[in-house]
Amino acid sequence: MAEFAYEPEPEPEARLAPGESAREISGRSPWRIAGRRLVRDRIALAALALFLLIVVVSFLAPVYANRIAHTDPFDSHISATTTVDGKEVDVIQQGGGELGLGEVPIGPTWQANYFLGADNQGRDVAARVLYGGRASLAIGIGSAVICCLIALVLALLAGFFRGWLDATLSRVMDLIWAFPVYLLAISIATVLLTTPEGINFGFVQIEASSLWVPTLIIALVYIPYVFRPVRGQVLSVREKGYVDASISQGASNLRLMFAEILPNVISTVIVMLPLMIATTVLTESALSFLSIGVQPPQASWGTVIEDGQGLLYTRPWVAIAPGIMIVLTVLSLNVLGDGVRDALDPRAKVRVKE
Amino acid sequence: MKRWLIGSSLVAITLALVAAGCGGESKSTTTKSTSAGGKGGDLITVANAAPSGSPDPQVNYTLQEWQLLILSHDGLIAFRRLSGAPGTKKVPDLAESIPEPTNGGKTWTFMLRSGIKFSDGSTLDGADVKATFERLFKIGNSPNAGTWYNVIQGADACIKTPKTCDLSQGIKVNGNEVTFNLTIADPEFLDKLAVPFAFILPSSTATKNVDIPPPGTGPYKWAQYAPSKQIKLVRNTFFKEWSKDAQPAGNPDTIVQKFGLTPEAQVTAVENNQADWMFDQPPADRLTELSTKYADRVHVNPLTAVWYFAFNVREKPFDNLKARQGVNYATDRNALVKIYGGPKLALPTCQILPPNFPGYKPYCPYTTGGGTEKWTGPDLAKAQQLIKASGTKGAAVKVNTTTNDVDKALGLYFVGLLNKLGYKATLQALSPDIQYPYSQNSSNHTQFAFSSWYQDYPAASDFLNILLGCGSFHPNSNSSPNIAEFCHKGIQANMDKAGKLGITDPDAANELWAQVDKDVTDQAPWVSMFNPKYIDVLSERVKGYQFSPQWYFLLDQASVK
Repeated sequence: MAEFAYEPEPEPEARLAPGESAREISGRSPWRIAGRRLVRDRIALAALALFLLIVVVSFLAPVYANRIAHTDPFDSHISATTTVDGKEVDVIQQGGGELGLGEVPIGPTWQANYFLGADNQGRDVAARVLYGGRASLAIGIGSAVICCLIALVLALLAGFFRGWLDATLSRVMDLIWAFPVYLLAISIATVLLTTPEGINFGFVQIEASSLWVPTLIIALVYIPYVFRPVRGQVLSVREKGYVDASISQGASNLRLMFAEILPNVISTVIVMLPLMIATTVLTESALSFLSIGVQPPQASWGTVIEDGQGLLYTRPWVAIAPGIMIVLTVLSLNVLGDGVRDALDPRAKVRVKE
Repeated sequence: MKRWLIGSSLVAITLALVAAGCGGESKSTTTKSTSAGGKGGDLITVANAAPSGSPDPQVNYTLQEWQLLILSHDGLIAFRRLSGAPGTKKVPDLAESIPEPTNGGKTWTFMLRSGIKFSDGSTLDGADVKATFERLFKIGNSPNAGTWYNVIQGADACIKTPKTCDLSQGIKVNGNEVTFNLTIADPEFLDKLAVPFAFILPSSTATKNVDIPPPGTGPYKWAQYAPSKQIKLVRNTFFKEWSKDAQPAGNPDTIVQKFGLTPEAQVTAVENNQADWMFDQPPADRLTELSTKYADRVHVNPLTAVWYFAFNVREKPFDNLKARQGVNYATDRNALVKIYGGPKLALPTCQILPPNFPGYKPYCPYTTGGGTEKWTGPDLAKAQQLIKASGTKGAAVKVNTTTNDVDKALGLYFVGLLNKLGYKATLQALSPDIQYPYSQNSSNHTQFAFSSWYQDYPAASDFLNILLGCGSFHPNSNSSPNIAEFCHKGIQANMDKAGKLGITDPDAANELWAQVDKDVTDQAPWVSMFNPKYIDVLSERVKGYQFSPQWYFLLDQASVK
């Protein structure tokens, strides 16, 4: 399985981007420098615009369903009819030929209703793709953010205190790392989805069909992938002279961690975030495709592809449309991730690890 | 028979089954047969996987293997090997004739035909019959040994201590004369002798599960059983046709079933004449293509089967009769038929028994229009009225189904419908291998579960008593085919009465079964959805297609020459 690994540049002092002069960055804060570089990177900006467009369009799904397509994308419309070019037609139509076998959902009308056709429940595919985008992006962004936050905190603790805490956390991360991501995610999801009560921590109860279930599962399985490089960064930064200077001035551990070390490792997490979102969106789609992510009748891009799997011969758009959305989202996030990396840490390497 | 895979689910079918039944013949099912061809050639069939479970004929409980076992083995009795209604008629096979029972239905004496040889050259005699039934218990995992054949005297002891099973009291052999002594009269005893569990094996057969079916008396013998590759049947050179009705000589020289192709790939292979027949049903999105381009090679036949969702009548909210009836009234069975493949592939139903089955009388109270025989449309107003009166609105309902495309789509339909009716419904889709035992086990508290049932043999009790009899509910067991956990004392009394009546007066028994069917339908333990049909797709060269209502496509009667 391909995984990404991030190797930050160990010497942050020499961070000139290719073609950039020292004069251009002198006297500016690192964030301003990064912002300036990002604005100049047109490809990254185009990717950001594409990603934002996908987010906005997806989150406008209810407007499309209610105001334009006038449909409930979660309810079955098997016996329903719709009007196409002024004619009333069945949403699910009887198969043709001498024998009249099979039932085929209406194909793309390229009109407001059933723009991309219907699935085998007679539901508007375009509306479900947009609703699916909401779920996939919410889970993808949510799990990536949760994963990065937890990994950052654990890496700070492990790298700062070292000793038994570092050893324990690192071994736990090794343990999670040792499982193939999808195998671990499938195992956890299968257990949680077949537990009638869902997740119950006493103070927090999450239903098995809640979007929080895939969000938390995906966040959990990717923590080691963020923890490891950030912990390495913390270990490196902790040895810097300015940290020793703060220690000699009597700074508390909390101050050292959050005022001295965190600002110097946060860029690593920021660089990883778009790539993590791309990865988690893919993971969510894969789990939902396998029926262990978002639970029907809710939609995600993975569930819509699954719906379309049985219609590949007759109604390929049901599977192709969410597939295109996944490709565009992942592509835009990867390009954006490269841009953010170039802006924040131009000499770092992001490589694919088999 | 639970769909194509029957598995171990029927192990615990109750004694009540034995006491129930009817002996009538079913009405005809429509089918078309193609003109006959010649003998010889290889019939190549394809399937996704080998029949699940052990290949031992006394263990395997799948249609896939049974379709082949009937070509290589025989019982004392057989279902006539013909298309349509004649195919449900029982005829003597290894026995010279079908005897009349004596001793109040508890003694059956058969005379074996003489000179019949197994494919290993040994001659059939009465000792083989006794040894076959003892082996049924000795191997220890024959799924229906304890429920179908426990009526034979001495069987109870065999169930307790299989290794020392001795049926000397239950099966008396005198040369070619074999007498069965039963503990109670069983109107379905002959049916049970006509299925592969009771096919006669040589007495020398090992009393453990075999990895290829042992020699039989049919026109073919098993030459290869490689579950990852193929099954191959070749001609049994010792076979001489003794009854065209029971065991006709086959046409192809070899019958091969290759494994490993998805249903999509199977359709393509048959369309391209690379295979002659596909075991699995074609996927929904290939039906239109088959219907338009290959109509002359497609055969559609009604099945004596029912697809349904079972309410759990002991769990809230469907412990309430009005709630169950309300959902039945609200169900749009046309929509469900559409999900399955359309009106050409399924017929809506409200009742338990399928059409053209002993005891069947059309009955559908859950419809608009005031009729009571045919479903015409959902009655949403009446449904809402009943559900309101039930006081169950707002209850959480988990709709349990499998992850198969069609089953899941049916489940999703009911999630939407139940939500519309005021419940809080969610879908629980489980792998088919898990879902069936899961839905049967009362400790899982399933509320509304998908299932389907295909006949084992043509008798009303095979549906009504097995699926809805009090004795078919086994608390906390994975083998409890009464998924609805339905037990109605009055109805059960009628089932028992119909079973007893079946021994002496099958017609009167079927009348009573029809009343039981009606009474059960009124109690609404299920939403009966539809009766499915079966699609056979053939290559261009296959001639002589015949569809038996008992065994489906008669492979050996087809010709590829």
